[in-house]
Amino acid sequence: MSSEIYRDMILDYYRHPRNYGSIEDAEIKVQESNPLCGDDIELYIKFDEEKNVKDIKFKGRGCAISVASASLMTELLKGKKLDDLLSFSKKDLLEALGIETLGLNPVRIKCALLPYKALKIGVYSHIGKKLSEEEKHILDYESESQQD
Amino acid sequence: MCPDLLDPEIIKQDFPIFKRRVYGKRLIYLDNAATTQKPRQVIEAMREFYQDYNANIHRGVYRLSVEATEAFENARKKVAKFINAKESEIIFTKNATEALNLVAYSWGLNNLREGDHILLTEMEHHSNIVPWQLISKYTKAKIDYISIDKEGLLVDDEVDRLMEKRPKIVSITHVSNVLGTINNVKKIVEHAHKIGAITVVDAAQSVPHMQVDVQEIGCDFLAFSGHKALGPLGVGVLYGKRDLLEDMNPFLGGGDMISRVWLENSEWNELPWKFEAGTSSIADVIGLGAAVDYLNSIGISRIRKHEIKLTKYALETLSEISDLKIYGTNNLEQRGAVISFNLANIHPHDLATILDEEGIALRAGHHCAMPLMNKLGVAATARASFYLYNAESDVDALVEGLNKARRIFKL
Repeated sequence: MSSEIYRDMILDYYRHPRNYGSIEDAEIKVQESNPLCGDDIELYIKFDEEKNVKDIKFKGRGCAISVASASLMTELLKGKKLDDLLSFSKKDLLEALGIETLGLNPVRIKCALLPYKALKIGVYSHIGKKLSEEEKHILDYESESQQD
Repeated sequence: MCPDLLDPEIIKQDFPIFKRRVYGKRLIYLDNAATTQKPRQVIEAMREFYQDYNANIHRGVYRLSVEATEAFENARKKVAKFINAKESEIIFTKNATEALNLVAYSWGLNNLREGDHILLTEMEHHSNIVPWQLISKYTKAKIDYISIDKEGLLVDDEVDRLMEKRPKIVSITHVSNVLGTINNVKKIVEHAHKIGAITVVDAAQSVPHMQVDVQEIGCDFLAFSGHKALGPLGVGVLYGKRDLLEDMNPFLGGGDMISRVWLENSEWNELPWKFEAGTSSIADVIGLGAAVDYLNSIGISRIRKHEIKLTKYALETLSEISDLKIYGTNNLEQRGAVISFNLANIHPHDLATILDEEGIALRAGHHCAMPLMNKLGVAATARASFYLYNAESDVDALVEGLNKARRIFKL
């Protein structure tokens, strides 16, 4: 049943978003939105000298799933290396959210992946890789877990 | 039972889709402002076409083509009669959006220039905003928007103020797809004509639900879609006054819309075919004809009465849910069967997911009206929209679903 997604953990991450806010001198600043529902996220990442995530924050408005996802994602990625951000997969995020097996419909999976899309676009542009429209499309549409 | 009142349970028997189950529950379809379900009669008319007389229309001399042409043109007669127009003034498009684009391009592009004004309202669907923005880009004509008040009604003073700018064209929705507001289009058309403006009415949300008479409204153009009126997807309608359509250039060029073609130029076909380039969606047009027959057999005024009763019931029961905010007016005379709302700070998408599990189909989002969402100060709303097959029990299920959402979100 898909309403099982709204269990305490998700609601807690939604109501009390971790790492909410912005970082003035962030190396990565990216804004992504889901035109379907008007959800909107800004993601900020600041690295230390060894290219580890020193700070990561997000802000924006969205549904419980997208906000909880962003909230949890920032928590997972704090302290991680740049390479870890590159290898971080949809599967990693969906598993952490515990929604892989819930049979959530593709529209709502897209909500969960909005922060992921922002992350990938931000990180790729940081290392000088520009994503084509097609690659961006794959980021939010293909809900199956796959290696990026 | 009063013969004036509809029995939605009997109506439902004409709609095969209501036999299906959603997650083991009965289907409660509350997204009629997006598209409506199809009665057996419509599905059957289309099946018959494909199975018994599928052929291209107008040019064929053989039996099948003659039958197809007759059925196609007969559907045009039905649609014309339905809104009190002449057959030659009914143009089939692929949807209401294309109908509005047709006016924007064929009329707007040739008649608007820098310094001219286009008058719209803040409650328009994107389909009655974006085509004009495109035309405004090409012609440098300026767009003004009539603002709405807290109740979701057009502000009369604003109408007067913006009419003073002498817009060349006024294009307004008859019924808002978000607020349900029924605009007094007749009055606005009269005002617009006094200052010499051309008038367009977006009737996508009105034609399926209430008596719409183009002579009574007096508008120059009126657009609606078939699929929101029990008809199939893929066909829309543009009504246009004959003298205006005659003066306009075609929107799309191709087969069927010409009378003669040379290498250098072409002569346009007569109305309405001048505006129907290429092979039309024939089965869909025939299906729309069957939908009009069906609506006539029920009676559009009975449908309106049923919807007023149901909307009243829904407004009353929904307003008992705490933290539920309903947008739009409470005046049932000025409101169609559309109710947009938000429940506390639960995102409409989360609401829709919870309701989906109860078999309830309800829309959540910006409803293709982002400027209106900005005006309401929200990113999105949930929206329930009713039709002739909806019953009070559907509203009760919605209320129950919303209470479940309150429990899940611990409100």
